[in-house]
Amino acid sequence: MNKLDHQLNTLEKEVKTKKPGLLSHVPKPREGGYDPVVEFKNVQIGYKRGNVERVIVRDLNLDIIRGEIFGLVGESGSGKTTVGRALIRVVPISKGEVLYNGVRISGKISRALSRELKQKMQMIFQDPSASLNDRANVDYIVSEGLRAFHMYKNEEDRLETVEEMMRRVGLRPEHLKRYPHEFSGGQRQRIGIARSMIIRPEFIVADEPISALDVSIRAQVLNLIKEFQKELNMTVLFIAHDLSVVKYISDRIGVIYNGNIVELTSAERLFEMPLHPYTKSLLSAVPIPDPRVESKKKIVVYHPQMHQYTSDDMPALYEIEPGHFVRANQKELKEYKEVIKKAQGGKA
Amino acid sequence: MKDKVLEVKNLSVGFLSHGRKVNVIRNVSLDVYRGETLAIVGESGSGKTVFTKTFLGMLDANGYISSGEILFNGENLAPKTKHREWKGIRGKKIATIFQDPMTSLNPLLTIGYQIAEVLKLHHGLTMKEAKEEAVTLLEKVKIPDPRARLDDYPFQYSGGMRQRVVIAIALACRPEILICDEPTTALDVTVQSQILELIKELQKEYKWTTIFITHDLGVVANVADRIAVMYGGQVVEYGTAEDIFYRPQHPYTWALLSSLPQLGTKNEPLTYIKGNPPSFVDEIIGDAFAIRNDYAMRIDHVQDPPMFKVSETHYAKTWLLDPRAPKVEKPIIIQNLRERMKKAAEELKRELGDNYE
Repeated sequence: MNKLDHQLNTLEKEVKTKKPGLLSHVPKPREGGYDPVVEFKNVQIGYKRGNVERVIVRDLNLDIIRGEIFGLVGESGSGKTTVGRALIRVVPISKGEVLYNGVRISGKISRALSRELKQKMQMIFQDPSASLNDRANVDYIVSEGLRAFHMYKNEEDRLETVEEMMRRVGLRPEHLKRYPHEFSGGQRQRIGIARSMIIRPEFIVADEPISALDVSIRAQVLNLIKEFQKELNMTVLFIAHDLSVVKYISDRIGVIYNGNIVELTSAERLFEMPLHPYTKSLLSAVPIPDPRVESKKKIVVYHPQMHQYTSDDMPALYEIEPGHFVRANQKELKEYKEVIKKAQGGKA
Repeated sequence: MKDKVLEVKNLSVGFLSHGRKVNVIRNVSLDVYRGETLAIVGESGSGKTVFTKTFLGMLDANGYISSGEILFNGENLAPKTKHREWKGIRGKKIATIFQDPMTSLNPLLTIGYQIAEVLKLHHGLTMKEAKEEAVTLLEKVKIPDPRARLDDYPFQYSGGMRQRVVIAIALACRPEILICDEPTTALDVTVQSQILELIKELQKEYKWTTIFITHDLGVVANVADRIAVMYGGQVVEYGTAEDIFYRPQHPYTWALLSSLPQLGTKNEPLTYIKGNPPSFVDEIIGDAFAIRNDYAMRIDHVQDPPMFKVSETHYAKTWLLDPRAPKVEKPIIIQNLRERMKKAAEELKRELGDNYE
């Protein structure tokens, strides 16, 4: 009897002392089971130079839904990396707010929240040679997150977790004693993935994780990201400049141009029914491995002047069909609606 | 078409590393025909860059040609070692574009000066004439408002623009052969397609021969007349673009083709090539690809296969083509590659509408 009491007491104590996570997910009933992890609300991001702010991303409204892989595609300078960096709080935002599980994570936040965020959100970087510490061995690099968040009981336990993770990413436990320069680009990228995954994050920002890799290795890294996403039920923001890669991996795709989202829809729909001329130009740039097809293809070049926006009819992001957003002004919106109608008529 | 501008015969290249000899190019023979675009495809470490550097005498100090000949218009380039001997060929008759446009331009000199420098040296123009000519060259590579941008520095150009400037410099000498070493790897897809288009256009006008190096077979479909696939310092398969894409024979080519993400279908893991390219430090016995090859036979681990002739234009270096070899089924992804490609093409047609003829 006494023993049980004691056990109950300690349990109660534990529950009391262990604060519920600030960012822990409390499912809120929303229409149609809509459950965003990350919400950007009217976000503006810019870099200040003296008193002048150069705006990189304007009025961004974007929800990333739990469990999805969201592809963000655009050319260099479009602001896609800036969005990812703002999310992990490397770049401050100048207007609006960013929510994570409904909690504001932009601007000034408490240390505890910031710390918790670091555990929930991890990053995979583009350049695997620059993102790993040259002077640390792989064991140190991979287990840094475990140490920081005290996620192991004892040294044995830690080593076991790390070795298991190494095997998961296709490396051998004996690689742990080696240094990053002893690995090839693809292996280094897998070390980078292991480092991010070991603390079992909820959210991953993958910033062009395969751009610096050979084609033959790209597939391997893509498979790995997808596997982890399924296993840990993670949400991924996948940033890339190549639509062909994003098509394969993502559930929804947002196309960003010059700091504005110009089109956003499911991966299938984007390839079925691209509306914005910039999306079309991106699609035409994807190289098709077929010489006969390629010789017939014409490349669409996008000029932003082609829109001829006037001050009384400025563009904004509209939902043109359920879940399909496109940036257009009223005149274009009408045209796009015609296009969709025509396609549906053709099918029926 | 049968006029050979470059003829490589049994070329081997070695490097001295820590007192050991490492063979990086192993007995490669390849012809390049005048006016064609030859693509050399392979992973990092397959030796494709080293191979083309020998045409320019640009091997690193510890590299040397151990045997073989490189005949450029009948003249053997292989024994040339001194700078004096290469003058008049390197840059003038055989020019090159490198991967990273930032490192191939001097950040301290204006664009105009860097183009004019080449014209002064090779054509003996004065600085003033050379600058004038530079403007026309920049126009050729479609840089808007070239006169105003002449006095800009490389950092004021974007990546794609910089690559255009590098092409302009290569143009300046009207080379017979232009070697493009991964010219678009550092660039965005949209910019990549524009640069490829530009190279193709200029080639039509200047009638040079392009040697195009890349690791991405997808890019090559657009530009290449012929393709050579390199692995472990050897050419393992070569043929016309149609041969390689529609009738690939070597397991390595199969693997390269099937790992393209464009051909992947959702919810199905992508195929990839297991393991790593061979390190040249240890001597390679047998077929270099054998350890990563699902179709390897016992002989692959013992003896290097010879080049087998598939057709007049198509050769492949694999024991699978030996008449005694068992018939193997190509991987499923290659078998229905045509279907997948057709599907991709149809999708593209639908996506692009008017822009696909």
